[in-house]
Amino acid sequence: MTTVPIGPVDAAAAPAAAPARTLRLGGGTNRADRLYRAALTTLALMLPALLLALLVELVTNALPALQRFGPSFLWTSVWDPVAGVFGAAPMIFGTLASSALALLVAVPLALGTAIFLTEFAPGWVRRPIALLVELLAAIPSVVYGLWGIFVLIPFLRGHVVPPLKAVLGWTPFFQGVFYGNSLLAGGLILAIMVVPYIAAVAREVLQAVPASQREAALGMGATRWEAVWTAVVPYGRAGLIGAVILGLGRALGETMAVTMLIGNRHDIGFSVFQPAYTMAAAIANEFSEATTDLYLSALFEVGLVLFVITVVVNALARLLIWRVARGTAAGSRAL
Amino acid sequence: MNARRVRRRVASGVMTGLVALLSLTAVLALVLILGDLVAKGAASLDWDFFTKNPVPAGDTGGGVANAIVGTGIIVGLAALIGLPVGIGTGLFLAEYGGGRLGWLVRFVADVLNGTPSIVIGIFAWTWLVKPMGHFSALAGGAALAVLMIPMIARTTEEMVRLVPHSLREAALALGYPHWRASLRIVARTALGGIVTGCLVAVARVAGETAPLLFTALGNLNFTTSIAQPMQTLSLQVYVYATGPFDEWHRLAWAAALVLMGLVLLLSIIARWVTRQRYGAR
Repeated sequence: MTTVPIGPVDAAAAPAAAPARTLRLGGGTNRADRLYRAALTTLALMLPALLLALLVELVTNALPALQRFGPSFLWTSVWDPVAGVFGAAPMIFGTLASSALALLVAVPLALGTAIFLTEFAPGWVRRPIALLVELLAAIPSVVYGLWGIFVLIPFLRGHVVPPLKAVLGWTPFFQGVFYGNSLLAGGLILAIMVVPYIAAVAREVLQAVPASQREAALGMGATRWEAVWTAVVPYGRAGLIGAVILGLGRALGETMAVTMLIGNRHDIGFSVFQPAYTMAAAIANEFSEATTDLYLSALFEVGLVLFVITVVVNALARLLIWRVARGTAAGSRAL
Repeated sequence: MNARRVRRRVASGVMTGLVALLSLTAVLALVLILGDLVAKGAASLDWDFFTKNPVPAGDTGGGVANAIVGTGIIVGLAALIGLPVGIGTGLFLAEYGGGRLGWLVRFVADVLNGTPSIVIGIFAWTWLVKPMGHFSALAGGAALAVLMIPMIARTTEEMVRLVPHSLREAALALGYPHWRASLRIVARTALGGIVTGCLVAVARVAGETAPLLFTALGNLNFTTSIAQPMQTLSLQVYVYATGPFDEWHRLAWAAALVLMGLVLLLSIIARWVTRQRYGAR
């Protein structure tokens, strides 16, 4: 995890892997050693077994819905438990829209924070700010939800929505009545929640950029900002995009705070003032109320879709971060 | 020429100020949230709050004793299941993780780490709630354990890999068998880091709500039976915050403050443990 501060030990991590192989020669000779290895292997095998079980359960439980609705489950919008017709388009839309809104706000904040902390902040500023930003990640989701309901929504209603309406009210995104529980509220709380994740990985990516990149730019007469913007950031671009996508993965699967703030309405609307729904919120709200087998199955299919999307998004993020931090200890820690 | 240099200098200064401002905004969010928690929750923290159970909806007073005990039991269960498996997996990855199996386990740990916790919740439901026929604290603890294992496995692996190789070689040269060198020397040297990883994982799952919705469910009464539905602070905050009564909202802030305090305490201890080990250098 990214929360453990380890500075000067980067060099030690790489060579540690190689000698372990030679030492294994003596390991297999002894019965106790074989037992030790077998015990650890058994424990380690539980992880793949768990993932397999998870997949099997999701697919078998979603099977009735998969067979009944086929792929059209993904793009139809009727969600009628009484009639037994289910289409997940509104929640897929809401999940993507709230995450996009979150990234729109979180990316400048997180990348700005990462750049400030790695490139500009003096040591006495860096440590407390880095600590405080990391603590944002420690706040439980349900606490964000509580704060959103009683502080963020009244604040939006009083100080943010009226000016937004006055200036941008003519665009389709800021029309209609502000409901309180809305795409805007859900997206903003998500933004605050993913900032620490994006910032932590972005910091590691920037730290992995060789000092020679900065020095070369500075040596050619660049100002400090020009060195960052023309040398450091482009070098780490793939990794920074990876950091953002990792944040996206978090935002897509986030449940409690969004459930409490997004309004939970099966509807596709383009105004951020209106309530929306997400896949995770639908499971959280409706799973224990699902009265028919098909209803339950449809919710399992929602879970399956959510799982597949987050796996793909996370894999993509990791690939990008690897490209920058390949071989360095920072790379392994960022993942 | 000179005007251009000035302009570039000014641009650099402005952008530096901008990124500093962005960092401060992120910090401001934390300060605001913690400030509101204390401002709205602290006044309700009295003796009754910690020692009484919830009163029927609409009545005033009551506390969250059942949720505090429930959080302890469920998180304890999760640690009981999650710590051995997580640490064992991490040791496996560090000691024997070079091959194809190591790659697979690492990959799976990363996939599980990124899996939404609500999905883990419905998985635990299919295995432990559906067959048993009722919700239980055990199912909640198991769901949280599934969340903990990949986190602990990856930090344990990293911490064990940081141990200088000369230590292991010295132990082997003295005639230690491999397993003893691994446990007594290598794992022990990395102990601080491993404990930190475990505490961070415990802190994270202590605040989780989503995987408990269909497993531990919540319970208005005090119970210590892990076969029964059980209340936790996080579930209590969710129910009270989304409920209609002002009295509930007051208690939600107080419960959130206690939960936040617990999580922060664990995070701070986690940091302190590693500082003792590595910070001195």
